[in-house]
Amino acid sequence: MRYEFTAEEEAFRAELLEWIENEVPEDLRGIGRAASDEEWENELRVRRQLADKGWLTLAWPTEYGGQGAPMMQQVIFNEEMVYHRIPGREPFGTRMLAPTLMVHGTEEQRRKYLPPIARGEVQWCQGYSEPDSGSDLASLQMRAVDDGDDFVVNGSKIWTSLAHRADWIFFLVRTDPDAPKHRGISFLLAPMDTPGISVEPIINMAGHHSFNQVFFEDVRVPKENLVGELNRGWYVAATLLDFERSGVDYPAQARRTLDDLIEYAHSTLGADGEPLSKDPDIRRKFVELSIETDAARSIAYEVADMQAHGEIPNKEASMSKTLGTKLVQDVYGFGVDLLGMYGQLRPGSPRAVLEGRMLDMQLTTVAFTIFAGTTEIQKNIIATRGLGLPRG
Amino acid sequence: MDLSLDDTQQLVRNSARDFLAESVDRLYVRDMEDDERGYTDEFWKSVAELGWTGMIVPEQHGGAGMSLIELSLVLEEMGAAAAPGPFFSTAVVGAHAISAHGNDDQKSKYLPRLVSGELITSLAILEGGASWEAGGIRMSARRSEDGWRLNGEKVFVADAGVADLFIVAARTGENGPPEESITLFLVEASTIENNKMERLESVADDRYYVVDFQDVVVPPDGVLGEVDGGWPLLKQTLDLAAVAKCAEMVGGSRRAVDMTLEYVKERVQFGRPIGTFQAVQHRAAEMATDLEIARQFTYRAAWALSEGKGDGTEVATAKAFLSEKFSEICASAHQLHGAIGYTQEHDLQIYSRRAASAKVAFGDARHHREVLAELMGL
Repeated sequence: MRYEFTAEEEAFRAELLEWIENEVPEDLRGIGRAASDEEWENELRVRRQLADKGWLTLAWPTEYGGQGAPMMQQVIFNEEMVYHRIPGREPFGTRMLAPTLMVHGTEEQRRKYLPPIARGEVQWCQGYSEPDSGSDLASLQMRAVDDGDDFVVNGSKIWTSLAHRADWIFFLVRTDPDAPKHRGISFLLAPMDTPGISVEPIINMAGHHSFNQVFFEDVRVPKENLVGELNRGWYVAATLLDFERSGVDYPAQARRTLDDLIEYAHSTLGADGEPLSKDPDIRRKFVELSIETDAARSIAYEVADMQAHGEIPNKEASMSKTLGTKLVQDVYGFGVDLLGMYGQLRPGSPRAVLEGRMLDMQLTTVAFTIFAGTTEIQKNIIATRGLGLPRG
Repeated sequence: MDLSLDDTQQLVRNSARDFLAESVDRLYVRDMEDDERGYTDEFWKSVAELGWTGMIVPEQHGGAGMSLIELSLVLEEMGAAAAPGPFFSTAVVGAHAISAHGNDDQKSKYLPRLVSGELITSLAILEGGASWEAGGIRMSARRSEDGWRLNGEKVFVADAGVADLFIVAARTGENGPPEESITLFLVEASTIENNKMERLESVADDRYYVVDFQDVVVPPDGVLGEVDGGWPLLKQTLDLAAVAKCAEMVGGSRRAVDMTLEYVKERVQFGRPIGTFQAVQHRAAEMATDLEIARQFTYRAAWALSEGKGDGTEVATAKAFLSEKFSEICASAHQLHGAIGYTQEHDLQIYSRRAASAKVAFGDARHHREVLAELMGL
């Protein structure tokens, strides 16, 4: 039992922090949402730097050109990148598609797709959700019909993050409408400039263009772009991947935000002329959020520790996601409240406090307890898979 | 980072599970609630034979020389079994106070007897205001020809009725900050008359007493640590006790969760087990999540104290969290059990009452949140 990082792990943290200090100028650091074109350029620039350091593929096995970094090193990397608001990490290619190809792809697919991902040269997006298939993803209806050397795809994907920036999409289609729903799905790859693919922006409540609806109209996808076996796509997509997926990003983000807010509370006087940090109600809230942060981080560490020991965290991963996403909502919500009247000012507004980030992120994090499995779905998983309660 | 148990720790946990499954059943727990002493000689003898009384006592004094981590594993199982008795007062508080702060003579005199089960100890620090801060200690200790004279009343003195030795905090000076004039004393029970004790009737049937020290004489060698230097020593013991209490609470929480899971799988309403309903599943998921956090916080704090790491955050976080969550888990367990869990016949109430007691022991949530606020620079 050891509740601290090893000297070796701390040495990596020091190296990373030094790199951040020296190589990532303050103006490139942000909240990593990459909503504007300028932020996107920053994103790509830092991503190339990360690729040069080998850190974009820190978690990849060495046989695929990665660093094969131990789990806790990956945890530290993610923690510090988030805490210092460094852009450049890339979920869809490096953390979702690449590991899927390593397990299910053909040798040819791996040779073709992995190196550009590792170099940070290609942006992938993920086509899973459909207008009528959200939490019940396996009910998806987008059809792919066998036609000689190709599949012909018709239908639409929605809530597709970064589809408007992406070069390629990996997506799930129905290839056997008569089979039970989990057994008629296949996993395909297509370039976004394939004729018949069109992207419509969806502006979220924070006012940002992050996700999209993607339409497929008689889109021809060569059969060589099928990953895994035909009609086995559900299981290809659901493969448990060994890369760090502890959810440590959320508490790191919360810790950074709390640190910023504590500084604000020290330097801002309340109506009674005392710093806000002396107000008992505010102190209590800070402490409660700090405990909540610690809780989410502890479970995230537990998930990583299980992975490091070769165990498969299922209920723990769902706990981590549930705790972390609620945490960031609570922290930004508190931030907005703490700023009082100024809490309502948007980023870029005159007089905006803390760059308007509290409001912007309060609105942005509404999505967090919804995406990647809602909190309700996570609790179902904890109860049935984790605690052995019978399914309804 | 490595959160796994080593072989010894697994062995400790398994032997604790096995022994308690054998020797502490629901009837024993109930019988002991009505028992004057709250435990049987047979139970206490077995606990000592297993080496648990001496778990954190150094080997040269007959103990096992283990850490708070191993002790916490045993306490978790005792909490799960709701095992009653003076174990906490003796094997946690007394064993630590004497092992960590005693001089060689005191250790040789008391520790072997504590380990063998012959010596039961009791902590006497709280007074009328029941404050865990230094300022709450007002009992006076004055030098006299024969050593020291203690005068004052202590409340919430656990297991006083069976204790052979009291660890008493008293004030040895009136000037300066309250932290700098507290001295710890080892007071043998024989020097206090039994009629100066009055048992309190508390929710979980803890053996809490009011003990009135009237001109109690303590010889010069009864000072534990340095004169006026007692507070930092007491703080160490209280921190350790807070974490140890958390371990017990983790065990109790775990049992409440397990009982609830068993019940909702079996209880049929509307033609199916109520555990199939999402309203029930989600509450169960929340209970299990809180339990998991509780476990992580507790063992992290136990590790930190064992290794001399950390700044107090680990301890305060654990106790602030457990003080609220053990009760909340029990409240959810009651809700999911419905009427049956509300009966005295059912075991669940044992744990809810233990939660009500444990939440205020060694500092309640508010106390530990304030510690955290200070540590956060607020």
